[in-house]
Amino acid sequence: MKILVCVKRIPDPDESLKFTGGGLDYSASKWVPNAFDEYAIETALRLAEVVGGAQRLAEVIVLGIGPENQRQQLTQFLAMGADRGIIVDADPDKLDTATVSKLIAAVFKKEACDLLIAGKLSQDNEGGQVPQRVAGLLDVPQASFAATLEWDQAGKALTVGREVDDGVEVKRVPLPAVVSVDLRIVLPKSVKNGSTPATHAYQEGPRLASLKGITMAKRKPVAVLKPSDLGVAAGAGEQVTGVAAPPARKAGQKVKTVEELFDKLTKEAKVI
Amino acid sequence: MSKVLVILETAGGQLRPHSLPGITCAAEIARATGKPLHLLVLGAQPGEAAQAVAAAGYGAAAVHTLAAPELEPFTAEAWGDAIVHAARTLDASVIGGTASSTLRDALPRAAAILDAPLVSEVVKVKSGDTFVRPISAGRALQDQKVNSGTFFFTARGTEFEHAHPTGAVPVQALAAAAVSTRGAQVKGVQKTESSRPQLTEAKVIVSGGRGMREGANFKILEQLTDLLGGALGASRAATDAGMVPADLQVGQTGKIVAPELYFAVAISGAIQHLAGMKGSKTIVAINKDAEAPIFQVADYGLVAKWEEAVPQLVELIKARKGAA
Repeated sequence: MKILVCVKRIPDPDESLKFTGGGLDYSASKWVPNAFDEYAIETALRLAEVVGGAQRLAEVIVLGIGPENQRQQLTQFLAMGADRGIIVDADPDKLDTATVSKLIAAVFKKEACDLLIAGKLSQDNEGGQVPQRVAGLLDVPQASFAATLEWDQAGKALTVGREVDDGVEVKRVPLPAVVSVDLRIVLPKSVKNGSTPATHAYQEGPRLASLKGITMAKRKPVAVLKPSDLGVAAGAGEQVTGVAAPPARKAGQKVKTVEELFDKLTKEAKVI
Repeated sequence: MSKVLVILETAGGQLRPHSLPGITCAAEIARATGKPLHLLVLGAQPGEAAQAVAAAGYGAAAVHTLAAPELEPFTAEAWGDAIVHAARTLDASVIGGTASSTLRDALPRAAAILDAPLVSEVVKVKSGDTFVRPISAGRALQDQKVNSGTFFFTARGTEFEHAHPTGAVPVQALAAAAVSTRGAQVKGVQKTESSRPQLTEAKVIVSGGRGMREGANFKILEQLTDLLGGALGASRAATDAGMVPADLQVGQTGKIVAPELYFAVAISGAIQHLAGMKGSKTIVAINKDAEAPIFQVADYGLVAKWEEAVPQLVELIKARKGAA
């Protein structure tokens, strides 16, 4: 089994945004991995490893699209435990969503992968469409917004608990497939691979890289590809023509007592 | 002539109300592009729901149906096929609907098959090809322009009015299409049973956060919620801690809500939570920490322990209701 995980770096979401005329200035930003992509890697590693055994059930390949200096971001995922990396050397700001999706689909095919795991959205652009697009391009089933995952190794299928508006939908998808992961996929018992004891509880959240992992990451191979190697031409289906700060909410007031609050809500705001 | 096509969601022979803001957004795009508005109902037997939609009309030229057993229960695979088929057959060049978990799943897939861009979570239609959408947890608004004859969109449900009935329009059945789930099987949806209104539809929402400490403490929030006929919500901290089910989460990665009245109780107000509720008309924050960021967006802030403030508020509202 080969699992591909696509990752993206984003400006630190905890930093405040710097607005320039019609755009955002990220030149002084600290770049960090998109949190959902860390969850995706954690999911892949939980599927691939057998806790309490040395066996590996899958190879985990981490894919980044971006300039060569993104290697550092891949190193972190390799240090967490991914087996090798692939970088598609391109300026992500000049790629539209359709092109990014085509590049990922092309790598998936080139590597003959069985499963793509991706974050459900990037915290910066919040498009929320790449995994679904890749599934469409590959003509394979998809399970979006996964909160739980169970791998049926014999049946070559995944049973996925998907967070939908009405609750949790349970969907079984045969491999090859695309899964996008939501927050709760990194809870202690969210991922079961059929080999690690089902009672095993992981530590919550994406794992930290161990010292050994960091040392080993430097020796793990990272291939660099050009979009042209994958036969994908850059498109410009959409472009950003402006960015502005949202209108600020007008300053509110502090009330001192519950009575005063009740009074304001009934007489001033007239909402109850 | 190319069309604007809205994908609708129905249940029990009726339109699901959360589809209505998507129609309004599409109607604005139709006006801006001069293209007629058309509606599409998918399902195993979409006729009855389509008739109900057509009776209201919603400003559309026609309601189309596409019937196939594989379209129920919903899968992105079969719906993707159906949407692609309908878009081609009807010569639709703008395809979209409300950004529900259903259409956020199916529309990008269909867009990829048609090699068309998709603008997600539109909050404003600037022109026929340029749309405003929030990014970075709502901290910025981006203008996105599409450079393509065909494009898709999803509309943020809280930012557009519900479409109004305008008068009956015809129903037209599309010829059968090959649709496939690609071997995917839906085993069911574990619904959170509740007699309360849906979070995205509620006029009043009472949300609790980390400071509630445990699920049992939500009882008092439920009392307040039910007195006001509202829906119960929660911050990520509360859902992650298992105090309440995950589908009650309000925020960047949960539900985006904009009720008339939003109570944030024992919620500190992380950016990710604010992204999901700052469109609310009146925000009330109750928190014992006077420095909590939630107070920066609250219309009314009360620095108090929820253990004391919420029961008092419940009594005051009960007394008022009793007097009325």
